Amino acid sequence: MDSDKKKKINRRTFLKGAASAAIAGSTAVTAGCKGKGLLGSSEAFALEFKEYFKKHYRLMTPTERQQTVTRLEKLAKLRQDINVNIDTTGPAENVLYGYAFNVTRCEGYMECVKACVKENNLDRKSNTQYIRIFEMEHGQMSPDQGDGKYFHMVPKEGHFYMGVQCFQCENPPCVKACPTKATWKEKDGIVVVDYDWCIGCRYCMAACPYWGRRFNWNQPEIPKEEVTTQQHYLGNRQRVRGMMEKCTFCIQRSRKGKVTACVEACPTGARVFGNLLDPDSEIRFVLENKKVYRLKEDLGTDPKFWYFID
Amino acid sequence: MKKDMASKGLLSFAKDTLLWNLSGSIGYQIYLCILVCLMLTGVYGYFIQFKLGLSATNMSNIVSWGFYISNFTFLVGVAAAAVMLILPSYVFGDKDLHKVVIIGEVVAVGALVMCMTFVFVDLGRPLQFWHLIPGIGQLNFPSSLLAWDILVLNGYLALNALVPAYIVYCHYQGKEPVGKYYKPFVFISIGWAVAIHMITAFLYQGLPARPFWNNPLLGPRFLASAFAAGPAIISLVLHIVNSTTDYKIDNKIFNKLRIIIVSAAVINLLMLFSEIFKEFYFPTHHSQSAMYLFFGLEGHDSLVPWIWTAISINLLGTLILAFNPFKERQIFLLPALVMLIVGIWLEKGIGLIVPGLVPSPMGEIISYSPSNVELFITLGVVGLGMFVVTVLLKPALIIEKRYEDRHLTD
Repeated sequence: MDSDKKKKINRRTFLKGAASAAIAGSTAVTAGCKGKGLLGSSEAFALEFKEYFKKHYRLMTPTERQQTVTRLEKLAKLRQDINVNIDTTGPAENVLYGYAFNVTRCEGYMECVKACVKENNLDRKSNTQYIRIFEMEHGQMSPDQGDGKYFHMVPKEGHFYMGVQCFQCENPPCVKACPTKATWKEKDGIVVVDYDWCIGCRYCMAACPYWGRRFNWNQPEIPKEEVTTQQHYLGNRQRVRGMMEKCTFCIQRSRKGKVTACVEACPTGARVFGNLLDPDSEIRFVLENKKVYRLKEDLGTDPKFWYFID
Repeated sequence: MKKDMASKGLLSFAKDTLLWNLSGSIGYQIYLCILVCLMLTGVYGYFIQFKLGLSATNMSNIVSWGFYISNFTFLVGVAAAAVMLILPSYVFGDKDLHKVVIIGEVVAVGALVMCMTFVFVDLGRPLQFWHLIPGIGQLNFPSSLLAWDILVLNGYLALNALVPAYIVYCHYQGKEPVGKYYKPFVFISIGWAVAIHMITAFLYQGLPARPFWNNPLLGPRFLASAFAAGPAIISLVLHIVNSTTDYKIDNKIFNKLRIIIVSAAVINLLMLFSEIFKEFYFPTHHSQSAMYLFFGLEGHDSLVPWIWTAISINLLGTLILAFNPFKERQIFLLPALVMLIVGIWLEKGIGLIVPGLVPSPMGEIISYSPSNVELFITLGVVGLGMFVVTVLLKPALIIEKRYEDRHLTD
């Protein structure tokens, strides 16, 4: 009983201590970015304080969501002097996103990777990339046999290319693993992360059979002029160190009816993205008329990402 | 005299335990200073890690769990091993082991404190730790095995701290502890000990993404290795207690522990052999991790010397303990105990975690060894664990000794 009491007190003091440490930490970040004094501005301080105690995204009321978005936008302005616009558009009815990759067409230019890094505000310091392109010899079928680090003129004779990213599984092992419910599958099939709720335990990363997740080992850095300012709360808004992140089918674009950045950038038209529930969509055409296959079907993860051959 | 004892309340209990902990020989004081230095090393390491993020470690997107989680896994076993003393002493009424059961429980508490600290220092965002606490946070129970593990580890810590605390406090007051107040918890803790280690195994075993871990033998093997390494550590602690305090441990106790250790170690080796057979009789794509561990892949062979060392000393330690060539001279078995502990630590720690993650699901192979920051923090956590064991054990043994002496004179 005595220890119970102690535990309670500990928890309270812990939260207090944690809060002040969080503020100290974030002000240090602020100071680092703006080159100001250790305390930063008192406005940023107050905003950080409120951010620390906010709820899980899925439990927020629309007003609370609006409040956190406003705070985050203000913080971006204060920290980096960037005007960002953070969107919270939810999934639309009768939409389930799917993706197909034409193995015959891809020639390994990696324009998709470049576009993805820019669009999703990926860390330039650690060179984080959601998409990986593997150079494969004929006869190989699985990217783990291919070369993911090629650096030469493409396409190379006798080789073909395979792109890999998060497959947005219908039965995602990562979601099952997360101890804080910080990652989940949205109604339109996209597996998202509430960055601010993630504690950085990396269990989801161990659970993913496709190596689809990336961790922020260091504080991510993006040159101010390269930041994509049209952002989504569950998508490309800026992350801090210690958070998990992943491909979200460019949720900030797809939920506005646009295709993902990788599809838009692909010079060979190897990438197909669309609504699986729309019978007239290109993705449905591919699934109905091409020979398609998926990676590691035996695991039962049911990925919404197919490969096909012309 | 007795009345005087009974009137002693919590306040004087706290005062006495503090006094007993601070007083001691010069050797003891130096030992405490060393522990404090270790802990400060850890604090320094954590300060750097807190500033730089987990990039201060050698972990990466491929080896995403490293030295911390390896040590965590090993120590859960040490904590679970207390059951090997609790079961015979409370359930089978073994008088010899009953005398040292408190030491087993205290070692379990120390191991659990280390476990939780290792998980905590492994978090990318430790300040968001409260997101796990049910009520104010969101615990993904029962879906996430990590949520299960957090619950069972905390429950086991409570059981292993409160039961001995109650008994020792009663003895401090010169009273006999009331069975119905603590016995039910003893029985719960027996099942619970098995649960903490099975669930920790399920944490890995439940991941089809990692064929090296996705193996039904993992849970039972965790238990077998734990019931060898844990009692071996308890034996070491008993040797220290025996030689540095006036709480004397009978040779019979060491012998009983030795039999427990040998039985578990032999079962562990059998299961290890079974695993090795499966991986290498007909190697498949899923044997890549085992290849990496035992022979190295594409020139990445940093684990190879460690795993062969581990298996050799594991085998040697088990043989020495089994044949006991020194008969009644228990002290000569110390090197064998250390060999067994180190062997299991290497094999079940870094030899289990790293190969589970390499090759990555995309076939990439890299080497991993802990960074200095990881080593500093690990030293700190070990110091913390030893400190916890020391400060709990010292007053507990003084109280137990007095209680025993009083019983003898009565």
